[in-house]
Amino acid sequence: MTDIIQELQDRRTEARLGGGQARIDAQHAKGKLTARERVELLLDEDSFEEFDMFKTHRCTEFGMDASKPAGDGVITGWGTINGRMVYVFSQDFTVFGGSLSQTHSEKICKVMDMAMRNGAPVIGINDSGGARIQEGVDSLAGYAEVFQRNIMASGVVPQISVIMGPCAGGAVYSPAMTDFIFMVKDTSYMFVTGPDVVKTVTNEVVTAEELGGASTHAKKSSVADGAFENDIETLTEVRRLVDFLPLNNREKAPVRPFYDDPARIEQSLDTIIPENANTPYDMKEVILKTVDEGDFYEIQAEHAKNIITGFARIEGQTVGVVANQPMVLAGCLDIDASKKAARFVRFCDAFEIPVLTLVDVPGFLPGTSQEYGGVIKHGAKLLFAYGEATVPKVTVITRKAYGGAYDVMASKHLRGDFNYAWPTAEIAVMGAKGATEIIHRKDLGDADKIAAHTADYEARFANPFVAAERGFIDEVIQPKSTRKRVARAFASLRNKKLENPWKKHDNIPL
Amino acid sequence: MFDKILIANRGEIACRVIKTARNMGIKTVAIYSDADKNALHVRMADEAVRIGPAPANQSYIVIDKVMEAIRQTGAQAVHPGYGFLSENPKFAERLHAEGVAFIGPPTGAIEAMGDKITSKKLAQEAGVSTVPGYMGLIKDADEAVKISTEIGYPVMIKASAGGGGKGMRVAWNDAEAREGFQSSKNEAASSFGDDRIFIEKFVTQPRHIEIQVLCDGHGNGIYLGERECSIQRRNQKVIEEAPSPFLDPETRKAMGEQAVSLAKAVDYTSAGTVEFIVDGDRNFYFLEMNTRLQVEHPVTELITGIDLVEQMIRIAYGEALQIGQDDVQLNGWAMESRLYAEDPYRNFLPSIGRLSKYRPPLESASDTCVLRNDTGVYEGGEISMFYDPMIAKLCTWAPTRGEAIAHMSDALDGFEIEGIGHNLPFLSAVMDHPRFVSGNITTAFIEEEYPDGFEGATLPDDQLHKIVVASAAMYRLAEIRRSRISGRMGNHERVVGNDWVVQVEGQDFPVTIAGDTAGADVRMGDQDFRVESDWSLGQTLARVKVNGSLLTLKVSKIAGGFRMRNRGADLKVYVRSPRAAALSKYMLEKVPADTSKLLLCPMPGLIVGVDVQIGDEVQEGQTLCTVEAMKMENILRAERKGVVSKINAGAGDNLAVDDIIMEFE
Repeated sequence: MTDIIQELQDRRTEARLGGGQARIDAQHAKGKLTARERVELLLDEDSFEEFDMFKTHRCTEFGMDASKPAGDGVITGWGTINGRMVYVFSQDFTVFGGSLSQTHSEKICKVMDMAMRNGAPVIGINDSGGARIQEGVDSLAGYAEVFQRNIMASGVVPQISVIMGPCAGGAVYSPAMTDFIFMVKDTSYMFVTGPDVVKTVTNEVVTAEELGGASTHAKKSSVADGAFENDIETLTEVRRLVDFLPLNNREKAPVRPFYDDPARIEQSLDTIIPENANTPYDMKEVILKTVDEGDFYEIQAEHAKNIITGFARIEGQTVGVVANQPMVLAGCLDIDASKKAARFVRFCDAFEIPVLTLVDVPGFLPGTSQEYGGVIKHGAKLLFAYGEATVPKVTVITRKAYGGAYDVMASKHLRGDFNYAWPTAEIAVMGAKGATEIIHRKDLGDADKIAAHTADYEARFANPFVAAERGFIDEVIQPKSTRKRVARAFASLRNKKLENPWKKHDNIPL
Repeated sequence: MFDKILIANRGEIACRVIKTARNMGIKTVAIYSDADKNALHVRMADEAVRIGPAPANQSYIVIDKVMEAIRQTGAQAVHPGYGFLSENPKFAERLHAEGVAFIGPPTGAIEAMGDKITSKKLAQEAGVSTVPGYMGLIKDADEAVKISTEIGYPVMIKASAGGGGKGMRVAWNDAEAREGFQSSKNEAASSFGDDRIFIEKFVTQPRHIEIQVLCDGHGNGIYLGERECSIQRRNQKVIEEAPSPFLDPETRKAMGEQAVSLAKAVDYTSAGTVEFIVDGDRNFYFLEMNTRLQVEHPVTELITGIDLVEQMIRIAYGEALQIGQDDVQLNGWAMESRLYAEDPYRNFLPSIGRLSKYRPPLESASDTCVLRNDTGVYEGGEISMFYDPMIAKLCTWAPTRGEAIAHMSDALDGFEIEGIGHNLPFLSAVMDHPRFVSGNITTAFIEEEYPDGFEGATLPDDQLHKIVVASAAMYRLAEIRRSRISGRMGNHERVVGNDWVVQVEGQDFPVTIAGDTAGADVRMGDQDFRVESDWSLGQTLARVKVNGSLLTLKVSKIAGGFRMRNRGADLKVYVRSPRAAALSKYMLEKVPADTSKLLLCPMPGLIVGVDVQIGDEVQEGQTLCTVEAMKMENILRAERKGVVSKINAGAGDNLAVDDIIMEFE
């Protein structure tokens, strides 16, 4: 008996060494943790339960049968983050470069299936050289099995991808279909084709970091939702994100104890809107002063900064926040901003996370690059996302809400539950100058008359009251009491029930 | 007494005057420019009158506009504060002509003291000790050298109309005297339109010590002790105190009596300040007289118990001083720290913008400690580019200098200002500086002690250890809260551990925490700490008692820990499980991006012009472009030789801090 137990111990010890000490040291030398160390830091201490520790590949081609390391380059199992269950897989770069074999993919599929059945998030840590070439089409099949599960799990359980090494070729499409991708600066990259192929095909010379590093994806491509300094910081922040998310689509967003007065008055918000309508201010200050403890988890902070998206809590419960940022491009909507916010709103709606929208939007960005890029359809994504969302929706217009962009930003007409406006709000078809020049075209030559018309228009329409007279605005609120009003609004919506008509699925303008 | 006075000023001094006027039952009128529409002084005053656009030369210093405000409101007297019109004889004259009382000295006194050469002559006649020097006007460089030799080097070459360090040069030999004369003359001509120059002895080991005087219109004059204002940066006072740690009673008396005799010599009334320079042997020399209320007057008020603004108002109304020289007792010690919107980490560049957070420590007064904060701003208010970047004057009083400094340190730790850069960390660092604490200071203190600028304070070990144990206990609370989230797996909850490793400043501190309802016992190595606090998660200010002594921390979250600010240090404190701490040694040290090939915008501002083109080879020191901020044109020069490869900004562009203006090959 003791011999058998000893054998288990020995086998475990061997499995835990992965590709061996030399490769572990090489991994460490690159500033990277091993697959197991990452799981350890991601999960609560001693909470990890491993599956398939002894699973090995079945490939016999190219002499592969000579080496069958236990676990086959991926560590899978479940554990808890602050006591809440999550499933996890973590690719082990020290074993065949973390390459994906058929058995490797079977291990991933097993935890994904369990996550679906048991209603818990899946967190995948990617650190893989790609397909296991020796396995040929088996490896491709393995990827596709994972893809299919990503698709089925989408909207059922949250899926988070953490890219902590290479992730190239077909491998990128699994993370691409998950809800969030986080990358580690300088030690991770993602691309469909690498720098060598790029050079051969297009003659473009580009480094892996420039082509698919964390900054590239967090700033330019928007593939990544966040980029962090190193493995430890990344895993710490993934834990923090999980605390905002429900475990699955049948549960409400989590609640935790909070130490911030829901009725807190923020006198300083009464002065945040500058005298001059063209002067920017930082919408983040409004967010931080409205939510619990100034704690805000921003998603895609570096991309399309003219709109802010992220998670916060009000009275301890998660809300998704979408806000125009007047500091960047005057807060206008453009292709990138629309896509970013639309995806965020749809995530919130899929997982029953209420949405708080803060509006200061002068309209859509004009120009050929926008029109040629299809701003019509991309802008429509955000409109669609808000319109189909059935979660509680509370909107506060702080300043401008002009034209079509007013409609888009969670307006009353898109089934907004509470639509508040600050007294500084200007809800109008467009700015005073533009409107005047159209309505009073005949006076265009007379600067004095135009000025007078503009002043008239401002007095009549550059305010929240025209909209409030029509009930499009439920109430004009004092900026300083925003937190209190928003908190009470969400509190009143805790039992909101709203269903869209049955359909196979919608046809959002992708 | 007056029924109503107008305060021809803005900011903290306007608020300060309004407070006293209100206590005296006098109604107040504020004036404001467009930039100050929502300013605190406007809110505090009984009435407020708009006097023009934001720039001071179109509002606060336009005599006609102030006169119009007086007429409109029927104010019977005007307090000018400091700066603006406070030492403008034309203003005083105009008020006099229109029968409005000026809460300040007579026109003649302002005029007499307004000119450096005249005032020095008057001082000599009044028996005031003056710096040896040549009083007449100097024709040319040869004469300058001759006079300098007579006085004996080192000498100071000064513009007669000068001030604020402009038109001043120190010369240690003939060549420097020749050159200094010419450059002072040029600078004086361009800055003041007056190129008269004089030369005097340059005082070594100089301290700036000034005497507060009060004179009434009935021939009474007293002095209220001194203020030591040696802590200056480029002739701008930063920290003041009263009394001076350097003066003995004899010197104080001699300086005070000379100050009063000078005041009397010019028929001075109201509050005034006679500034002296004092050398290492306590020889003192007259510098100038300021014919107004000084910025730093609160320290005098705190040690004398006399409200200077009240006295000024009473004197202006014609009352006789009720205080005799013998009634003036100096009690305890007062410190003043000037909080400026200047970023110490960026060579004290002005920083403007919105105060997203402004929470001064609460004012209080007891027999052992007084905390006073004179300010003109509020949370959500604006530090404007148009005026002086002062945010507040924080003062403490205590029976001894050491206690006053300690209170100041605590008060600075508890002062929350966010949204703009400010010098608070620098003030904290000075309060902890051994040389400052010893009182062995001169006007060169900042230059000598911070020759390469300010890069944050380094905390002594015991202070760092206190922060370590406080952070550990606080972080554990955050982790316990996390473990109380809904949706946990029953019976398999996370148990938050007691062993942690605090990582700060490249050091690891393993700790064991035993928490209880009142606080925590933290063991670090072989030391035990008791940590208690009423801090709750999310609060940005933590008052923590560590082994009974108070630690005030500014707290914000970072991934895996806190950013902690205390005593001028700005720390990233990570609190990790022992396992995470062990693994953290594999994390690579990230080297900050190389910015040597970039020209970054040092402050938010407007590009006025770019002086180079792509492909230009520039030499070290060559002008690259000009950025306008705070109405000042700042010339950005090449730090080294290079070739311009890219220009990202042009004239008229508004840039933020660290925006890339141009790149070099």
